[in-house]
Amino acid sequence: MTEAEVVTHETGHPSEAQYVRVALILAGLTAVEVAVYYISGLKKVLIPILLVLATTKFSMVALWFMHLKFDSRMFRRLFVTGIVVAIIVYLIALSSLHVFS
Amino acid sequence: MTATGVVVEDTGHGAAEAHAAHVTSTGLSNVKIAMWAFLGSECLLFGALISTYLLYRGKSMVGPYPKDVYDIPYTSVSSFVLLMSSLTMVLALAAIQRGDHRRLRVWLLATALLGSTFIGGQAYEFTTFYREGLSLHRNLFGSSFFVLTGFHGAHVTIGILMLLSLFSLSLRGKLPTSKAETVELVGLYWHFVDVVWIVIFTLIYLVPSK
Repeated sequence: MTEAEVVTHETGHPSEAQYVRVALILAGLTAVEVAVYYISGLKKVLIPILLVLATTKFSMVALWFMHLKFDSRMFRRLFVTGIVVAIIVYLIALSSLHVFS
Repeated sequence: MTATGVVVEDTGHGAAEAHAAHVTSTGLSNVKIAMWAFLGSECLLFGALISTYLLYRGKSMVGPYPKDVYDIPYTSVSSFVLLMSSLTMVLALAAIQRGDHRRLRVWLLATALLGSTFIGGQAYEFTTFYREGLSLHRNLFGSSFFVLTGFHGAHVTIGILMLLSLFSLSLRGKLPTSKAETVELVGLYWHFVDVVWIVIFTLIYLVPSK
């Protein structure tokens, strides 16, 4: 399905069916997160897997439900700037306090 | 380019409607820009609270510790409820954009109910933790956990109040289709508290302590 087919012409936003599909994927990813948490064989790679799943869920909500995929790039820049600044500032702070060592 | 020399970016419904209402120097809705700037700044607030939790993780001198109190299946259901409230919120926005005010009210009420279920679940979780000996003053885990999740819960509660306000306005006929952007702004706030919970659920509940 092309992007043009899933975006309604009136609003420039996705159709309701597309929103439901995104929600189902999000529910599935949440189930995978919880399942991965309980699989003892994945303990060594648990943190990377959980971070990838959380980032995917975060991005899907921001892109589809918050319409960052469809709206002006200026909104995306404002939000991403906040996220990037927060990550950089707090990674530096936590590293200087030896949280990761 | 408009008659006033302003370049208008084709950004979909919100910008087009804002442009119809009044011309801005960016061609975008000022209140929507303000909301996105606010949400960007909120990233720093929650970043600070999450970082504080991570800093104090595993440094409590006395229990209870996270593994003693966390109930992952219970919190997973709460997370699912909040995630689904984002779906009902976006369906409310779609409803007002096509002028379906009855469905707008149904989805707004559904979102507020799902949010209230999440808050009720958090109140139950806090009470259970307290009975198990974890309080704000008990240890570093209790302090950082209650402040972080409490702040998030306060944000969800404010969101519920905004949703109920929209529901009330719609019932009184004071939320016409031309004001769809108001629903969109409340929706952005609501989705933001959802994405923050996605991060909290992973980093605080699922990532194991040292």
